[in-house]
Parts: sequence; structure tokens; C-alpha cells
Amino acid sequence: MENRSVLIQGGRVLDPAHGRDETADLLVVDGVIQAVGRLEAPAHCTVVQADGLVLAPGLVDMHVHLREPGHEYKEDIASGCRAAAAGGVTAMAAMPNTQPVTDDPSVVGYILERAKSTGLVRVFPIGAITKGLKGEMLTEMGLLLRAGCVAFSDDGRPVTDSGVMRRALEYARMFGALLIQHAEDLSLVGNGCMHEGVVASRLGLPGIPSAAESVLVDRDLRLVALTGSRYHVAHLSSGDAMRAVAQARAQQLPVSCEVTPHHFSLTDEAVLGYDTDAKMSPPLRSQADRAALLEGLAQGIITVIATDHAPHDEENKRVEFCCAANGVIGLETLLPVSLELVRDGVMSLSDCIAAMSCNPARLLGIPHGTLGVGQAADMVLFDPEETWTVDARQLRSKSKNTCFHGRRVKGRVKQTWVAGRSVYRDGHD
Amino acid sequence: MSPTFHDEQLLSPAETLALIDALAARLHASPPPRSLPWEEWVVIGIRRGGARVAERLWERLCQRLGQKIPIGFLDITFYRDDLDTIGPNPVVGATDLQMEIDDRQVILVDDVLYTGRTIRAAMNALFDYGRPESVDLLVLVDRGGRQLPIQPHHVGLVIQPAEGEFIKLLDSGEKMHVVRRRLQE
Amino acid sequence: MRSAGTLWTRKHLLGMEGLSREEIGALLDTAVSLREVNRRDIKKVPTLRGKTVINLFYENSTRTRTSFELAGKRMSADVVNMSVASSSVKKGETLLDTLANLQAMNPDVVVIRHPESGVLEFLARHLDAALVNAGDGRHEHPTQALLDLLTIQDQLPLLGQSRFAGLVVAICGDVLHSRVARSNAIGLQTLGAEVRFVGPATLMPSQAAEAFGATVYHRLEEGLAGAQVVMMLRLQNERMNSSYLPSVREYAEFWGLNRARLRQAAPNAIVMHPGPINRGVEIASDVADDPERSVILEQVANGLAVRMAALYLLCGAGVRR
Ligand SMILES: [Zn+2]
Repeated sequence: MENRSVLIQGGRVLDPAHGRDETADLLVVDGVIQAVGRLEAPAHCTVVQADGLVLAPGLVDMHVHLREPGHEYKEDIASGCRAAAAGGVTAMAAMPNTQPVTDDPSVVGYILERAKSTGLVRVFPIGAITKGLKGEMLTEMGLLLRAGCVAFSDDGRPVTDSGVMRRALEYARMFGALLIQHAEDLSLVGNGCMHEGVVASRLGLPGIPSAAESVLVDRDLRLVALTGSRYHVAHLSSGDAMRAVAQARAQQLPVSCEVTPHHFSLTDEAVLGYDTDAKMSPPLRSQADRAALLEGLAQGIITVIATDHAPHDEENKRVEFCCAANGVIGLETLLPVSLELVRDGVMSLSDCIAAMSCNPARLLGIPHGTLGVGQAADMVLFDPEETWTVDARQLRSKSKNTCFHGRRVKGRVKQTWVAGRSVYRDGHD
Repeated sequence: MSPTFHDEQLLSPAETLALIDALAARLHASPPPRSLPWEEWVVIGIRRGGARVAERLWERLCQRLGQKIPIGFLDITFYRDDLDTIGPNPVVGATDLQMEIDDRQVILVDDVLYTGRTIRAAMNALFDYGRPESVDLLVLVDRGGRQLPIQPHHVGLVIQPAEGEFIKLLDSGEKMHVVRRRLQE
Repeated sequence: MRSAGTLWTRKHLLGMEGLSREEIGALLDTAVSLREVNRRDIKKVPTLRGKTVINLFYENSTRTRTSFELAGKRMSADVVNMSVASSSVKKGETLLDTLANLQAMNPDVVVIRHPESGVLEFLARHLDAALVNAGDGRHEHPTQALLDLLTIQDQLPLLGQSRFAGLVVAICGDVLHSRVARSNAIGLQTLGAEVRFVGPATLMPSQAAEAFGATVYHRLEEGLAGAQVVMMLRLQNERMNSSYLPSVREYAEFWGLNRARLRQAAPNAIVMHPGPINRGVEIASDVADDPERSVILEQVANGLAVRMAALYLLCGAGVRR
């Protein structure tokens, strides 16, 4: 039986949701945060020394692909949760492009059941917008929400039909539900397999123009203006789309967006050498796009950092570039790569953590991502100064398709708790 | 770091030319037994040192004969047997054999005769161009050290270099000369 | 003195990208020496005796395959042709499976043509043999560029040039899908020539000027003005009557090379084409067959010499010196 109380002593307690950033002790009793401040250890309490470390809310990743059910050879809920725990992620929203698709309450139930029995961290299913992700008929959003879905998305594919998108927005609005769009105009994507630009021209690879994203975002924003529904752009990649979102937010539309660590830290040059681990959808874009994304983060237009963790086995990656599957894993590199934003002065540590905790939690309407007294003790303790080198082979995800292999990063997760239970401890797994 | 070397002059430019001239004179005065008439002769130099020697030899020979006989040049790069040990060789100049060599008397000319491998390669190359009546080998310097059963018919100078020494025909512009080269650590 | 031996140390010939002026020079010099072999009665040298060259073609190309095959045979290598039918690709045999089979044959050089860009970079990471790119997707086709460079080099005196520097070359047609255009543009830039891309906007790579240092023209007359070398590209059948082009008739009308248009170019301008030609589409027959202007047959002859040179240099380049 695990000790019922834990005192984390002397760390820098960072809780963006409550504006707290101070050296303090934090006491957890029965999985709930009991107190924060200068505290004495009660009897029979486990004490964790946290001098020099940061204690933050467990990270909330609102965009992952856990591949279960259907593609367990790439990842399953258990392995995805292990990777999450190691990355300091205590809650994640799982995209519905599984096999079968999460377009039916029974699949939602299955995922929640599997997460409960095998998962170390919290898993929140995202339901499909349209049945079978076909972009035609709306799913039973009401029933899906009741079954446990926290948002809707056809991720992997956009909702292309404007009429269907309009109805989806209208329908979701009745429930106050969030629609997450994978924004790509597929006719502009064509057979493209990387960002259209100098690098694609040199490599002789068909390109995807930035406009493929902004065209769809522009359309969707008109529909949001029409319907007033909550709309979120997944994995924003282009400057134009970022500016469109900025404008919509300035007009008080209920619009938000997320960016992935790979999109804000890498450009299409990562594809040089035809590295299939730098292939994803949307593609890594130009330096100018990347600069715009950083600007969007700095200005608070992009409020969420999410991984788009997309595991793929070697069979699907060790092939010709054009044939390789889209996607990279990211759970275990989310924190250190995002901390580069703090190092580079793009945003404060508090804003950076907020983008990975309370901000996405708020969008999803889940009571996590904070260190408030009385909240479930989902927490991450990390050393902001420790440097290490990402090694794909050492990652816990079943698939090793990271685009950060070999990257020297700073910031290492030391321990992760979900509801006060330690689910990861550096060097102890 | 590339190795440095020390050159010691063996034949001055004047001595080099004189030696070639003497070879031409000797060849003219006493052609090999069972020789064809001069009209049937061909001088062929092996690129690149042998080509320089052949040009001079041919010039002097033609002077003495009072007539022009054909001259050609062989590049043996693609006939060498050392691709696997030393890699691709410098390609210096293409083979240039404008004349027929079938049934001709060939004087094959090289600068320094050492292991015999260059001559082996040159003979293979030559026979891909035709079937000469006979082939005589003329070299400016024979430095010994043969690894194949090849002997020259006409030699300007025979010397025995010391261990680690190489004999080189240097060709800086018009001034051909011969040196002993010693590599230094 | 240029010396191929010290200038060529690459294991593979994957593309023109990254080749130095000296490396291109070493290849062309070697090819010039080998041209002589192709003119004599016994068209064979023993250079690559005991070496194995595998031609692995995932696309049909009798011309290029034959050229490589003959190149290998004239250098005395053992040449094996493997045409990988698209059916076996569809059957799920992956590239790596094919390679495992190849590896077992322990070849010295594998010549590869593949419809997808970047396949050679991928294979180079997994195969021991030296690789020669015989065309990958729309990426590169280095031996075509080298044979074009050799053909141009032969013509430089007639074009009033002593070097490539300052030479004006117009590459015309479907640049977007052309590996020939890419490899030539890169090689010509390395040698200091001025490169122009001429063709319809729908068949031009994105940011071509920035990517290739080329000046882009959409009107053939403007692109040809003063050009000394006119390199016409083949228009692939599948591009005709697609969303790239409204019709063959319109293409021929606006971007086809005919005698009148050629008059816009420099007085002695030469005309090149990688073949096979769509007569009357990208180039009029009388221009293609004009011995004063067309060097298309010289290109074919030089192709053989360049491929022999590539095999020679790659077979020896694995040697540690
Ligand atoms: Zn997506």
C-alpha cells in the first residue's frame, strides 16, 4: 500500500492557473493537494526533496494518437501512458482515428476501460466529428459526450465539405463542445509530402503550400463567425493561419489553436537527406512560418502546446520518403523542447507551462492542469537545468519515430504523479 | 600530412636530351635483327613520362632517317592492375593512335622501367588496337626491381637505386631531367 | 594538373548536388579518355574485370539501362540487369527486401532508377555497394547532367567560350517534374554558367530562383534571347491534358522549339534534348535533325563515356589510400 501522504519540499512551485511561482512545500494527502506553503512533514509522510527543481501541474497534452484500438503494434494505451508519464504528461486527449474509429459510445467506453485497467495516466477520448471520419454524417455528439468525450475532431483528415462543417459547428454549439480541425485543403495538398518551398524544390519532392492550411482556416473562421461555435485549430503550422486566428481572436470569436514542439522548433530543412522522421502532416514549414509561430506563442495567440504524438512502426517509416507514414512521436520530448522557448526568451516559464497544462485543460473542460488546493495531485517535478541527449532507442513509446533524435536538450523530468501516485521516477522504471 | 621528399639530380636536362639522342643514334645505326624497312616502323610512347621521351626520340630518329615515321601515344590507365589497391588513377591524356599498327614494327617507349607492370598493361592495351609484327621496348632508365618477365631491348642508363629511392623523370616545361627521389618522414 | 585519383573520393554518385568543380572535372576528364575506347575496333578495356554491376530499374528506360549496361561491359565488369516489375512492388516487397537480395550478390556498384525522389539517399544508408543514381523521381539524374556538360564542353569553342563561366543556358519545358533540369542546373551553376528556366508557370518548381539560382521565364522567346545552349526537356505524356496543361496543341504553340524561335537565341546556339523526343511537341523535327544545331546524337555517345567514367571512379573509390 502506497503511503497516503507525500510532502514535496523546497521546490519552485509553479502553478500558472493561480499565478503562483515561489519556493514552497506541497503536501498531498489521499491523492489530493492538501496545502502549499511552508509546511512541516506530518507523521508517516513520504518526503521528496525538490531543491533546485520545478514542481508544476502534470502536463495536459490535448493531441495524441494512442493507436488503441486497432494499431496496437504501433502503440497501445499502456505504452502511450508510460511514455506520457516519463514526459511529465498526466492527462492526454486521444484522437479518434483508431480502428474502429471513436465515433460510437462503445469505443469511448472501451478506451476508458483500457485506460483504467492498463494506463498510468489519464486518458480523455476525443470523438469523431463525422462517422468513420468520412466527412459526411455527423456523429452522435450528445451520446459521445455523455460517454466521456471531451472534444470532437476528424484529425488526420479535415472536414472538407463546408456544409458539413457548418452543421457540425452548429450541432456542437448546443453542447458547448469544442471542434478541433485538422486544417488542410486536400486539393492543395495533392500528392505533396513536404512543405512547398526551396527545400522541396531542391529535393524534387512534391510540396504542400502553406496556403493549404490557411485556406481552410479562413473558411472555418467564416463559419465560426456564422455559428458562434467553439473552434480549435490543431497543429498550426503556417504564419498566415496564425494571423487569421489572431484576427478572429481579436474579434472575440471563440477560437483557439495549438502548436507542436516540432513545428515551432524545426523547419523544412529537417527533411534534407529525406529523413522520414521529419515527415508529418501538416509538414514542417519555412523559417518565416516558424518565426510567425514563435510570435504567436509570444503574443498569446497560440495558447496551447500539444505533441500530435503519432507513433509509427519502422515498416511505415523505413521506406521511400513519399510512401512513409505521416507523424512523429513527442510525449517524451514535449517538456524539454518547449523549455527552449523559455531559454530563447519567447515566453516565460509560467506561460510555457500554462500552454501545456491549464490552458488545454480549460479548453477541454477537465479539472486538471493546476496545483490548486483540493485538486487531484497530478504533478511533474523536473530539473530545468539538466541537459541530456534524445536517443530514440531509449524512449518508452513502442515506436521510435522522433524527429529529435540526437538533439541536445535541457530540462529533465524527475518524477511524475497522477492523483498523488508516483507513475514515473527518473532512473527507477 | 603529405610526405615530403628530397630530389637529387641524376641526369641534368642537357644530359637527359643527350641520352635520348644517343638512343636514337644507336637505334638508327643498328636496328634490331630481322627489322622491317623503316616505313613500317611506329614509335609509341606510354603516357606520360614515356610520351615525352618518345617525342624527342622520334624527332631525332626522323632527322636521321630524313623521313617521317608515325608516332602515337598510349594511356594505360584503364589497363592497370592496381584499381583495388590504389584506387582510380589520374587520367592524364587519351590514347592517341592515329595509325594502323597491324604488321608494324613498334618501338614502345617508356621513361623508367621498374616492376614491369606498366609495360604489361601497355602491351595489353596495344594488342587491343591491332597485331604488330614485333614490339621492341626502349627505356631511358632501367632501375631494376622487376616483378614480371620483361626486359628492354634498348636502355639509356642502368642504375641500382638504394632502398627507398625512386627514379623519376621530371618534366617542367621544356626541361626534362631525371632525379633520384627519397621520401622523408 | 587535374588528377582523378586524388579528386574522386566519393563512394556514391547520388546527384550533382555537392559535387565540386574539381570532381565534375575529374569525371569529365575520365570520360574524355574513355571516349577513345568507344571509337576503336576492340571497344573494351579490362579495367573492371571481376567487378559486378547491377542495374536495378524500377522504371522502364531502355536507353539509360542499355547505356549503363554497355558502359559496364566495355569496362569488362559483369553486368546484371534487374527490372523490378511494378507488380512485385505492389505485392508488398519493400525496397529493403529487394536490397537484402542484392546485398547477397555482393555487387560493387548498383545503378538505380526509381520513380520516387530520394530513394538513393535512403538506400545508401542500408547498402554496402557503391550507388549510381540513374534517375530518382523528379530529384536528380547526375549521369545525364554530366553527359550534357561534356557535350557542352566540346562545343564551347564554337560558342565562343573558353570556359563554362558566363555561358548562357536555357532549360526549357516541364522543369517541375524534371530531374534532368535539376541536375543540369546544379552542375551548370557549379561551373559558373548562367541558368535560365523557361516554361509554363504550372510546370515550374516553387521558388526556382532561390532554389537553383536560375532566372525564370514564362515566354519562350524571352528565355531564348541570347541563349547559347538550348536544352529542351521531354514533356511526359501524363502531364499532357492534365491540370498542369490544357492541351498538347497549346503547349506546342507556346513552348515548342521551332526554327523561328531558335533565331532568338545566340547565332551558334546548340540544341539539346535528353530523349526520347516528342517530335512536334517540345521540338520541331527540322530543328532536332539539324546537324548544325542539334547535338542530340553527341549526347547519346557521351552518355556511354560518362557512365564508363562513373563506374571506373566508383569502383576504385572504396579503396583506402
Ligand atoms: Zn492532425
